[in-house]
Parts: sequence; structure tokens; C-alpha cells
Amino acid sequence: MHVNSPNFKSNVTHALADTRLQKALSDTRLAFPSRRAAAVANLPEFEQLRDIGRDIKNHTLANLDFYLETYAANVERAGGTVHWCSTADEARAAVLAICQRANARTVTKGKSMISEELGINAHLEQHGITPVETDLGEYILQIRNEPPSHIIAPAFHLNRDDWEESFRKVHTDLPEDRVFNERRDILTEARTRLREKFLAADVGITGANFLIAETGSSVIVTNEGNGDLTQTLPRVHIALASIEKVVPTLEDATSLLRLLARSATGQDFSVYTTFSTGARRPGDWDGPGEYHVVLIDNGRSGMVGTEFQDMLRCIRCAACMNHCPVYFTVGGHSYGWVYPGPMGSVLTPSLVGVDQAGHLPNASTFCGKCESVCPVKIPLPKLMRHWREREFERHLSPQGTRTGMGIWAWFARRPAAYRFATRLGAWVLGKLGRKKGKFTSLPFADGWTAGRDLPAPEGETFFARYARAQREGTL
Amino acid sequence: MSKDAILGAIRRGLKRGPLPEDQAMALRARLAGHPRHLIPARSRVSRPEQIALFIRNIEKEFGSVARVPDLSQVPAAVADYLAAQNLPTDFAMAPHPELQGIPWHERPMLMMRVGRAQATDLVSLQHGYAAVAETGTLMLPAAPERPTTLNLLSDTFMVLLRASRIVGAYEEAWDLLRAENHDLPSGGFMPRNVMLVTGPSRSADIESTLELGAHGPRRLHVLLVDDDPNALG
Repeated sequence: MHVNSPNFKSNVTHALADTRLQKALSDTRLAFPSRRAAAVANLPEFEQLRDIGRDIKNHTLANLDFYLETYAANVERAGGTVHWCSTADEARAAVLAICQRANARTVTKGKSMISEELGINAHLEQHGITPVETDLGEYILQIRNEPPSHIIAPAFHLNRDDWEESFRKVHTDLPEDRVFNERRDILTEARTRLREKFLAADVGITGANFLIAETGSSVIVTNEGNGDLTQTLPRVHIALASIEKVVPTLEDATSLLRLLARSATGQDFSVYTTFSTGARRPGDWDGPGEYHVVLIDNGRSGMVGTEFQDMLRCIRCAACMNHCPVYFTVGGHSYGWVYPGPMGSVLTPSLVGVDQAGHLPNASTFCGKCESVCPVKIPLPKLMRHWREREFERHLSPQGTRTGMGIWAWFARRPAAYRFATRLGAWVLGKLGRKKGKFTSLPFADGWTAGRDLPAPEGETFFARYARAQREGTL
Repeated sequence: MSKDAILGAIRRGLKRGPLPEDQAMALRARLAGHPRHLIPARSRVSRPEQIALFIRNIEKEFGSVARVPDLSQVPAAVADYLAAQNLPTDFAMAPHPELQGIPWHERPMLMMRVGRAQATDLVSLQHGYAAVAETGTLMLPAAPERPTTLNLLSDTFMVLLRASRIVGAYEEAWDLLRAENHDLPSGGFMPRNVMLVTGPSRSADIESTLELGAHGPRRLHVLLVDDDPNALG
């Protein structure tokens, strides 16, 4: 997928002015956190499970080479094929080769973020193979030629009439008087159309939430059942999975599954959690005749052993973005690549480069909510700070920012000068603003005052008031 | 080769070569022992309470349950359910001996086709291998006698489940599969596919609002056969 992250600032300006997007965001803002909170309240052991989830992932990452080799050996024992791919190019070529060998004309797809990362759809189309997204949200986005704006609710930025408009554009045989008053009507239309696609497809491509070393299984989690139809009906099933998806055993996967749905949608468990191991067995009535796993690195191995290794624990639940004040102000598309929100702000610079996406970690209030809801306790604010440091070290931040940081750092290292300067500043601003009690514009601070007023200081600095309160014993 | 490149990069990151043999042995022992982690207390209850928990969770997830005293009562329960839902009386049925042994002839109105499901099937009947009370989850491993399409293609999905096959936690269901299933091609216990199903298909992709029956079944109905004397609390 094309990287549009360098345009974050202008993307945000558009997003803030987009009233339809803002409506969709405000309609959902409270729903995600309250659903998760209800599910967590219903499981007293949830906090303990977060520690367990973190430990399972850390154990796996510390032995990632061993578990990947074990996993691959067990896939092949069960009659599947593993395609190891270092880069996105290799992965696209592997998928295309499998499809071409199967003489595929159409390919159905379950929802997969790694597929977005690789740009599988465009690659297949260039070679005359038609990919069909089958997750409802992904289906409408494919029609609209838009990327997903959220990793588990890809089309939540759309409103109901967007769906009807898009359907009418491509389902040209729709009668004029066909009504789409209810969400049910939209669902029925998509279900009917996609049923035909499921039955006609030659290859089905899914992602994988987990890979299990013990059994050589890939696991997908869905609510619609589209992933299962995708991997059950065609002759060939391809599972796309990045290397950090592997866990040792079914018990390990089970513990993580207890965290996943609760953190993601607030369900106790998703409707379909499916473990695939190899191809159709003798005597089976259904299932694919071939089973392939395309195992993708695409930059992840470079994170192992660095301060960003913790990010490889991510199970893609979206809790961080669901609780993020920045995400719910600017929407997912502003981030400009596959992964939005706090997890995207850490992962995107790792995968596409700090020069392309180094400013994403700056779009954070550092409220810490993301870390507090992360099911595997990834220290997201800390990792964003690491990226800020790298961006600064590599002189990627703008000169104004660097100069300001330099001035601030000079004072921060000299407490007496810092106190003197803040006292002076508060005194001057206090005098200047005494009449109105606020400033509507200030030199060097138009970024602040363009959107809101700066209250005038009332006299003392924080340090002075703190020291006085300590002396007076009123703290 | 990319495999070597990937493993090499991981090892460079971990600042070591291939795992030393003693450590690899410890990991192989962990795989063989597959230790359990914390199991939530909610399913650590008596048998009757586990069955009740299972039923509560199925209903919470928009499914329904009919308890039947034994297999001979299943045809009546199926006929009653289909009539109450205003559904046709023909359905696709799993070729499982337990289902085929049911005295269907007592309800000649019921017409079943044995085998996999077709896209036009409105109703299907599957054989439930096991179920997990913790979240009201059915375990449906693929097998010649349990085709996967039956779980997916119909509008109304019925599952026959013996109460004795309800366990508390997922881990206990995995242990049943480990003990009972032998997969010839792999030499292990995992069949081609194991579906854990919790309620009927749904989507919240349209305006973040839940709608049932996305691509899979709109209705899930469990016919629960009370074959477990300990479970009748």
C-alpha cells in the first residue's frame, strides 16, 4: 500500500473539516470503550490474563526462530506448504504463483491487514485475477476504492447512505424501487451478492490471528463467517501471516483468545474461531484441496532485539485506537498507511521508515490510555517516545521544533535560570493580559491561539506556589 | 533463501546462533506438555451449573437451546422448532452415525439429505463434538461425518449436542480432541479444520450496529440431549 503518512498534517486538516467523518466518529467514540469495559468487568481474572498474554508473547519472541521452524515443520507434516518471504515483493510473487498454478480467475478474501500491507489486491488485478473482499466492511471499501480506516471495523467511518450509493453504483441491475431503509436491507444485498462470489472463487485468501507451532495450525477469528466460507469453499486456501503471529501451543493461543475479543469488540468470544491444519483429508466432503501459508517478515525481524521488540506482541485487537482521543479526532485515514492509532504510530515507522512516518508518534497526547487497555501490555507511549528521540537524532524534525527544543533543554538543565525565566514570563504575560484575562493571539504561539485563547497567568509560577504551600503547610 | 535470511535476522536480533540443544529440549518439553495457564473461575463449578452456564451463554449470544431427554425425542424437538420458526421441514444433515441412528421415521414430515451443505439449503443439522460452558462455544472438528459447510451455508443452523460433552473451559475441549482424534496424514490429533462457534453469524460493520446473519447462519439452535446423569441438577 502507498505510504501517505508524510501528509499527516494536511490529512488531519481535511479530516477535521469532513462533517460526515466527524459524525461517524462521534457516533462510535463511546461505544467501543463501553463494550470493552463491560466485557472486562464480567471476567475478574482479566488483569491476570493480560500479564499471561504478555509473558506468552515474550517467551515466543525470545525463541522466535525455534517456534517458526517447529511451526513450519508441522504445517508440512499435515500436508500444507509454507512459503517463507522476506519482503512484500516476495510475498506478492508467492501468492500470484499459487493462484496462477490453480488457474484462478477469481479469489475471495477474508479480512487481513497483512494483505493491505502487501497490496495483494492490486497485484492480482494487474495479472488478470479478480480479488473479492468478503468482509462486509472491506467489500464496501473495495467498491469505493478506499483503504480501511480501522483494523477491525474497516468501514465504520461510513454512514448508511454511503452504502446504498456504492451498491447502486456497482450492482447495476438493482431495481430503482429497491429500498435500503434498514441496515438489514444492506446486509441482505451484500450477503446475496457475495454468496455467488464465494461459490465461484478458485482460491480463498485469509489472514491469520495466530499460528500454532505445536500443531501447524493457522487461526482466524471472525464474526461474519466470511473468513470460513473463504477458506472452505475454493479449491485452494492461502493463509497470509507475519512471523510474529506464531505461539507455541493451543493452550497459549487459548489464553490470548480470552483477551482478544474482549479487548476488540467487547464480546466474550468471537462467533467463529477457526483452526486450519493442512488440506482436505481423505473422505472429507468439503474443504480446500491445497493449503498454503505465506509467512511474511517484511521488516519485523529487524525489530527483534531492539527497543521496539515489544511491539511484536501486538495481537491487532484495536483497543489502543478505540480508546485514543487523537484517533477519534482525526480518523484512521489521516495516518496514511495500513495501521492507524497508537499501534500504527509505533509500527508504521518500524516498517516503512522513520523518515516517512516519524512524525506519527508526535500525534499523541501521551494520556497513556492505549497502554492501560493493551491486552499484552505494550508500552505504547514509551515506544512513541523512542521514535521521537530517533526522529530528533536523525534531524528529521523541522528546524523550528529543533530550535525550540534546544532552548527548552538549555533552561531545563539550569533550574535557577528556568525558574527566573518562568517567573519573568508569568509576570510579563500577567501584566499584559490583566485587562482581558486572556490572549487571543501571541507571537510564536499562533498554533495554540488559532484554535483557543491562552489564559493570562494570575501571578505566581507553579514552582513558587508549590514552595509557598510547603512553607505554610497547606499542601 | 528467505527462510535462512529470516531466521538469521531473528538470531542476529536475539544476539545468538541457533538455539543451544539444551534450551531446544526444554522448549520441546513445553510443547509436549502444553501447560495450561489461568482458567477463569466462572467455569470451575458443578456439572449442573456448567450446563446452566452453557445455556445462559448460548442465549446471551442470540442462540437458543432445547433440552431433550434422549435421542428418541429429537425428531419431535426438530419438528417443533422448525414449525415454530415457520421454516421448511427439509434440511441437510451430517452423515454422523449418531444422527443417522435417530428414529426420524417417527416424523415422516421431516426430510433430510445426508452429506455436505449446498448454498440453497435453508436448514442444516450438525453433530456437536463438544462444547465449552465458559462462553457457550460449540467445538466442531471437520471429519467425513462432520462436513464444515453444514456450519456455514444454511440460514438456520441446528446442532445436536450431548450434555456429557459440555466441558467448562476450552482447554478441556482441546484435551478431548487430543485424546480421541487421530489424524492419519499428520500423525497428530488436529483435523483439517476445527471451528469454535459462539452464536449465529453477525456483523457490526454498518454504522457499528449489530445485525445477525452476515454470511453465515442467522439462527443457531442447540438440541441438548440430557445423557449426563450428573448434569441433571
